[in-house]
Amino acid sequence: MSEPVTALNGATYAGVARIAELPRRGMITIRGSQESAALVAAVGAASGGLDMPGPGEAVIAADRMLGWMSPDELLLMLPPAEVAGALAALAEGMAGEHYLAVEVTDARALFSISGEGAVAREVLARLAPVDLSPAAFGPGNFRRTRLAQVPAAFWMLEDGSFELMCFRSVAAYVFGLLCTAGEGDAVGHY
Amino acid sequence: MLLLECPCCGVTAEETEFHGGGEAHLKRFGPESSDQEFEGYLFNRVNPRGVHFERWRHVNGCGKWFHAARCTVTLEVFGTYPAQTVEPPQILRELISSKRPGWQWREFT
Ligand SMILES: [Zn+2]
Repeated sequence: MSEPVTALNGATYAGVARIAELPRRGMITIRGSQESAALVAAVGAASGGLDMPGPGEAVIAADRMLGWMSPDELLLMLPPAEVAGALAALAEGMAGEHYLAVEVTDARALFSISGEGAVAREVLARLAPVDLSPAAFGPGNFRRTRLAQVPAAFWMLEDGSFELMCFRSVAAYVFGLLCTAGEGDAVGHY
Repeated sequence: MLLLECPCCGVTAEETEFHGGGEAHLKRFGPESSDQEFEGYLFNRVNPRGVHFERWRHVNGCGKWFHAARCTVTLEVFGTYPAQTVEPPQILRELISSKRPGWQWREFT
């Protein structure tokens, strides 16, 4: 079996902001009613006990995350080796229920955006039509939006850095965007 | 630029995160309808100066369709409401009446 690789082989960039393609992470798209007790229980079992995120939020633990994608969609990230087990837990918990769970690990690319102060906020504010002021966006917030011309989603970690995902097919485009937005000096707006 | 609030996910963003879907509340005329009704369903759209009702999709977001009421002159958005609605909600029509007395859009006032 061939070795899975990420889209950009872990490309990095260091300007005023630091951009890095992140290692491969297991990802499962889960669709179903979030008001269903069965779904909440099954997602809890599949995620290793993560709470359900509210709208616009991500529940983030050391090596896993549950992001709110839409009223009927969640994204579960966890170590790649745990994907099969999580899918089995979902299938068991949702037997007879209307739902969908599918692995999307290699359909996506992941990036980290960090820097001194609010530099990471500035990088994303240059690219997305999102209010990135600290009052509007903080750790645990999760947002689907567009980055220049392509869809993307990002979330903020406790240390003030961001993680971002996009479709794998546009990974090089998004990396280029992030690097360009990470050039120059900090603006100091936030 | 329009600022729209998606009623499905609660996000407020400017229009580039969304995609316009044309006039709202069209009634479909298909098989068994008259040629005139079918033509109207396919082609006849209002193009008002003022109050307008449209469909929008949160394409770079939660992906859901919804409805929006706005003013084509000022770009003021009066409100957004679920796609699963066959006519403008009464509460929204009253709000529009308070801001645009005497407004009319298709058969709605
Ligand atoms: Zn939305």
